[in-house]
Amino acid sequence: MASAKGGDTAAFEELVNRYERKIFRLTMNITRNREDAEDSMQDAFMKAYSHLGSFQEDSRFYTWLVRIAANEALMRLRKRRPNQFSIDEPIETDQDIIPQEIEDWGPSPEQRYAQTEMREILRGVIDELQPDFRVVFVLRDVEGLSTEETAEAVGISEAAVKSRLLRARLKLRQKLDRYFRQSGTQ
Amino acid sequence: MNCDRVIRTVSSYIDGELELAIQEEFEVHLKGCSGCAIFVQQTKLTVKIFYDAELADLPAEARSRLHEKLRQKIREAQR
Repeated sequence: MASAKGGDTAAFEELVNRYERKIFRLTMNITRNREDAEDSMQDAFMKAYSHLGSFQEDSRFYTWLVRIAANEALMRLRKRRPNQFSIDEPIETDQDIIPQEIEDWGPSPEQRYAQTEMREILRGVIDELQPDFRVVFVLRDVEGLSTEETAEAVGISEAAVKSRLLRARLKLRQKLDRYFRQSGTQ
Repeated sequence: MNCDRVIRTVSSYIDGELELAIQEEFEVHLKGCSGCAIFVQQTKLTVKIFYDAELADLPAEARSRLHEKLRQKIREAQR
């Protein structure tokens, strides 16, 4: 990192090699659009290169990069789906998050599907999630950012991050229930 | 603690953010309520499945374009 910051381009390229797959996964998970994901990834690395001098070495480079990439992806997502974003908390009734009935999924329900089939299910399920919720879920639960880091990256309060994360997790559980409940797959 | 409260606090429970006394109430409820115990287990599994999944692979051509753009930017910066 110090070498890259000092202008060593090979060292910067090494950082790109290390994180490019993770950053593409992030931008793809947020935008759910291949072209936007690639553009966001490119712009994130370009910006990271241009602003290496202002990077504070006491924070993790990856977290810093994730924030830049998340902002790029969010910008494109908002442009593509302007009506699906809300400044305030999305207005929802509690009925949306309260499970109607709980049925056991049995042990390791995900193993009842082939890996490629499982990936298709997960992609479909996360696609259906409202962008406001998806972004928070991806940053917190897939990329492992803290609540504070997620709030900063998305530009919302920590309370809103927690609220959206709860709703995202419950909605995803509910959507997976279609596939995992034993009565549905046997 | 009742079922409704479990649903509203499950996220904080998974993240270990509940106050100790509330967490204990939460766990006491789970011991006596199989529906909530299953619900919490499923919510945890949902988080884990997505964390473990690699839902997007970087295509080789996208990687090539990224490196070409970066090399171009670096050349311009060095001029």
